[in-house]
Amino acid sequence: MECVFGLVGNDFAIVVADSSAVHSILVHKSNEDKIMFLDSHKLIAASGEPGDRVQFTEYVQKNVALYQFRNGIPLTTAAAANFTRGELATALRKNPYSVNILLAGYDKEIGPSLYYIDYIATLHKLEKGAFGYGSYFSLSMMDRHFHSGMSVEEAIDLVDKCINEIRLRLVVAPPNFVIKIVDKDGAREYAWRESVKDTPAPSAE
Amino acid sequence: MARYDRAITVFSPDGHLFQVEYALEAVRKGNAAVGVRGTDNVVLGVEKKSTAKLQDSRSVRKIVNLDDHIALACAGLKADARVLINRARVECQSHRLTVEDPCTVEYITRHIAGLQQKYTQSGAWKANATGRNSNSIREFLEKNFKETSGQETVKLAIRALLEVVESGGKNIEVAVMTKQHGLRQLEEAEIDAIVAEIEAEKAAAEAAKKAPPKDT
Repeated sequence: MECVFGLVGNDFAIVVADSSAVHSILVHKSNEDKIMFLDSHKLIAASGEPGDRVQFTEYVQKNVALYQFRNGIPLTTAAAANFTRGELATALRKNPYSVNILLAGYDKEIGPSLYYIDYIATLHKLEKGAFGYGSYFSLSMMDRHFHSGMSVEEAIDLVDKCINEIRLRLVVAPPNFVIKIVDKDGAREYAWRESVKDTPAPSAE
Repeated sequence: MARYDRAITVFSPDGHLFQVEYALEAVRKGNAAVGVRGTDNVVLGVEKKSTAKLQDSRSVRKIVNLDDHIALACAGLKADARVLINRARVECQSHRLTVEDPCTVEYITRHIAGLQQKYTQSGAWKANATGRNSNSIREFLEKNFKETSGQETVKLAIRALLEVVESGGKNIEVAVMTKQHGLRQLEEAEIDAIVAEIEAEKAAAEAAKKAPPKDT
């Protein structure tokens, strides 16, 4: 089942998400990217109802882009997180989106930051956070091994520890994960951790 | 000038739409804007009016981004332009959200043109005609238009049509939109009845004109 987690290191933030599209007991695909680029220096990792997840994250992404066109400067990570929380809070009493979000970003003056936003519009600024069944393991792992100011190597090592623990201990562990990173040079995909590949469909001639 | 220059959709007696002409004049008096397309690029340029000493010249922008791949240069009233720019930017993002693609230059251009058209030309007509011989119908309507309701309005419409159409339900199609019933297409028989009524009225009027006035 779903595993999304992230952490802040020295001048960078990392978010990790499983890449399984599951319905009931069936896995439909195992290369679904659940981490979206909000803008050049922001990552939004989301778990929850797949339709809501895509609809809501795209909506936030387009609004962040619109803000940038209107004002000529991008939103800070804090501002984007508060905007996202606000949208979830308004939706909560009408037509709630079932999405939990980890928002990571890098701002010039502030440095890297990670925000935890759940579907009932809770907002926390954290150094490490997680959602889903995987959180039982990744949170424990990060409690034991995380320290502030980690290097990229240390952080990736910790991420791998978390993924291994999930695969080892969680009955319904997803096979594949995607890791993305954001630092002063922007947000980008860092690596995939795949234990199965999607078999390509036989080509029709 | 007597009010012709107030409402944007009211023609002056000599056929001018003053507000539209004012807008054209504002654009003419505004800064120059130029665009040139190369084989692999497009260049936009605008003239910059000197800004006040204490004003930050960067705050006056006449070339702006609508989307990552679309820029716009403007001349005319800055305030009006900003409204259009804002609406266009929203449309750009909205387009991406709905179809997952950035909008084309043509699409957003038409969208802006649509907005401009709406503000200059969307005045409510009381009656109008279009198509072949629409001029004679319009002339007829200008002469005969009265605020009517219900069946009278239907009758006026058909009378106007009869100015240029062979009479009879076969040559006319009529639909009536009302608040209660929505759109309703009239049956041929209904139209025939109304046409007959109109013919009778016309004949009566004709007869009244020809016949010497009764001693009254």
